[in-house]
Amino acid sequence: MNENRTSFWKKDGTRSVLASLISILIGLAVGSLIILLLGIFNTSMKDAWEGIRLVFLGLFSTGRNTAGALTFGFNGINFGNMLFRATPVILTGLSVAVANKTGLFNIGAPGQYLMGTAATLFLALSIPSTKMAIPGVNPSSIPPIAVWFIALLGGMLAGAAWGAIPGLLKALLNINEVIACIMTNWISANLVTWFFDVSNLKNIVENTKSGYIYKTTINGVATPKMGLDKIFPGSQVNGGIIIAILLAVAVYILLTRTTLGYELKACGANRFAARYAGIKDKRNIVLSMAIAGALAGAGGALYYLAGNTEFFWSTYQSLPAEGFNGIPVALLAINNPIGVIFAGAFMSMLNISGLQITNLTSFNEYITDVIIAVIVYLSAFSLVIKLMLNGRKKKRAAASVVDDAKGADKGGSKA
Amino acid sequence: MSFLIRQTLIYAVPLMIVALAGVFAERSGIINLALEGLMIFGAFIGVLFVRIMQQAGVFETSMGVLPLQGFMLLSMLVSAVLGAVFSLLLAFAAINLRADQTIGGTALNLMAPALVLFFIRIIANQNTLQMASGDAASWFMIKKSMFGYGRGQEMGFLGSTFVDKVYLSTYICILIYIVLSIILYKTKFGLRLRSCGENPQASASLGINVYKMRYCGVIISGALAGMGGFVYAMTTANCTSNGDVAGFGFLALAVMIFGNWKPLNISGAALLFGLFKCIAASYSSLDINGDGVYLLAQLNINPNFYRLLPYLITLLVLAFTSKSSRAPKAEGIPYDQSTR
Repeated sequence: MNENRTSFWKKDGTRSVLASLISILIGLAVGSLIILLLGIFNTSMKDAWEGIRLVFLGLFSTGRNTAGALTFGFNGINFGNMLFRATPVILTGLSVAVANKTGLFNIGAPGQYLMGTAATLFLALSIPSTKMAIPGVNPSSIPPIAVWFIALLGGMLAGAAWGAIPGLLKALLNINEVIACIMTNWISANLVTWFFDVSNLKNIVENTKSGYIYKTTINGVATPKMGLDKIFPGSQVNGGIIIAILLAVAVYILLTRTTLGYELKACGANRFAARYAGIKDKRNIVLSMAIAGALAGAGGALYYLAGNTEFFWSTYQSLPAEGFNGIPVALLAINNPIGVIFAGAFMSMLNISGLQITNLTSFNEYITDVIIAVIVYLSAFSLVIKLMLNGRKKKRAAASVVDDAKGADKGGSKA
Repeated sequence: MSFLIRQTLIYAVPLMIVALAGVFAERSGIINLALEGLMIFGAFIGVLFVRIMQQAGVFETSMGVLPLQGFMLLSMLVSAVLGAVFSLLLAFAAINLRADQTIGGTALNLMAPALVLFFIRIIANQNTLQMASGDAASWFMIKKSMFGYGRGQEMGFLGSTFVDKVYLSTYICILIYIVLSIILYKTKFGLRLRSCGENPQASASLGINVYKMRYCGVIISGALAGMGGFVYAMTTANCTSNGDVAGFGFLALAVMIFGNWKPLNISGAALLFGLFKCIAASYSSLDINGDGVYLLAQLNINPNFYRLLPYLITLLVLAFTSKSSRAPKAEGIPYDQSTR
């Protein structure tokens, strides 16, 4: 019994999860600390205490009661919206994770996400279905679900093509993929703006909304709810989350149960050794980036195919946050596709907490972005945290065997 | 023409100084992906400083030309100092903890807009921090009236290009740029700093403290990027801060790579990219030689084309010069004393 327990704590996976949990805790603590300091110097302690409670329990917030105190409990709208917002970050997280497994840092997820969004919206709005309602466009006999499918597929393909560019540059010309990804990100931001600027998909029906293009529902296209709206009534949830989870499982199978996955990981571990073993390293690098791009593209596609979100097309000055949030998700999940599901859900939970903080206190949602940034910062040296965990265990073992004099200067832990 | 040169300079100068920030970090061996974040932070600090001082009544627009320009320099200094402080986060992670520099930089890029927007929302109750009253950018602008020229009087080509409607910060930045480039190439300190980016083990064997040199590189980088952020906000964003510098930090990264990590090439690249930015921003009203013909508007190229051109060119340059690219050899590799 006892032996089992020690081996569980010694396992590398356990330590990695522990390191992630520590990162999350420190992140939340830093967020709370900022609120606390503001409470002391600026607002009131009562405000700060409410803010801190919402940082941790925002998902369960049900507003305020008549006495003005915060109430907590199960909130179907919050849960449903959390699942809805988790969909794109799970997919961009998967995107970053797959590339990471092949030893590539895919900071290009925002660009791939954007290209996926643009292709999807273009297809969903320009193939007229039976329910087409854009003025001047005639409905056809194609059912909306077929258009939905084509649009999703098109988004994934566009993302894959965009992701393959840095992959090709890396494989053929040995250009650092981080730099290539940053450049392609901004190229895509300008391309998408250019494309919608000259397109006729700008929303002119609801003229109070300038700068947005039509929702896909104007063509009758929307992701099926798959009964989730019954469980979480009043929320934005739809079947996209199920597709995202299925894709995560598919990526897990790809990476752990197939030859291709093995080859991808081999290239990540040591590109040159893999080549020596007869694995086509260049092909695998391009393929890995293309898969990563397709996943990020699917994220953009599913987010906007929901039909209840609008795309602000003049996006040349900023990149979508969902793309960048894939990075912390993958880092938190230690590139494990199943872990990405939970990390993505956690990120969107923070997002929901942020909204509650904005609505209910004098603070605002950006505190959760600070928390996410702190978590990313910590995961940059999660290896060090892991080493510290290892170090403590080793110390304990070493202390019983030898008088470890040299270890005193390492790890900083007290003997 | 003078409008074109003036505007190009306004865009090029922050690019140049922030690209030099990148050079100092990378030449010391630390990849500084956080330029964007540092700019955002610097812009916020500078604007906040001006706003607080104005609200406290420390300076008045009627206080005369020289004190006003001095005050602007002080604001630049404040944003540089706090930019340097913010960059310590990257330095600590990358140098002491041997963390992944790319992820560390990304973290700072996420942290800066989040922190900045969090505080802006609390201070101003909206997403943009601007002056409580008045138009800050025009306080600091040098105008011909300051030299006794009247409304109708012309200053001549040189005057109207380089003296009228310009900011002192432009020239200060160019001066700093030249001085720091000389320091990097012609002094003992610069040589040592560069050696740490090429072969830190060899530098250490000659008695150079690699940790100290890399800290210097990152701190100088943070100061320059923070200052560049404020200069950007003051000259192109009307002295406001909204947690965004429109990708200028990443553009500076492109400038640095395009300029092959060498100051002279970088200044050329910055001017080129600044010209593109200028054209994209004002192509429809740009009258190049003053004969009433709007050449660029007649070309009828979408402004987005000019906007994406710098990134595309950088990618192409990388593709064609990847064999001869002179990136510092040890950049991105954490220095470990025991591998000496």
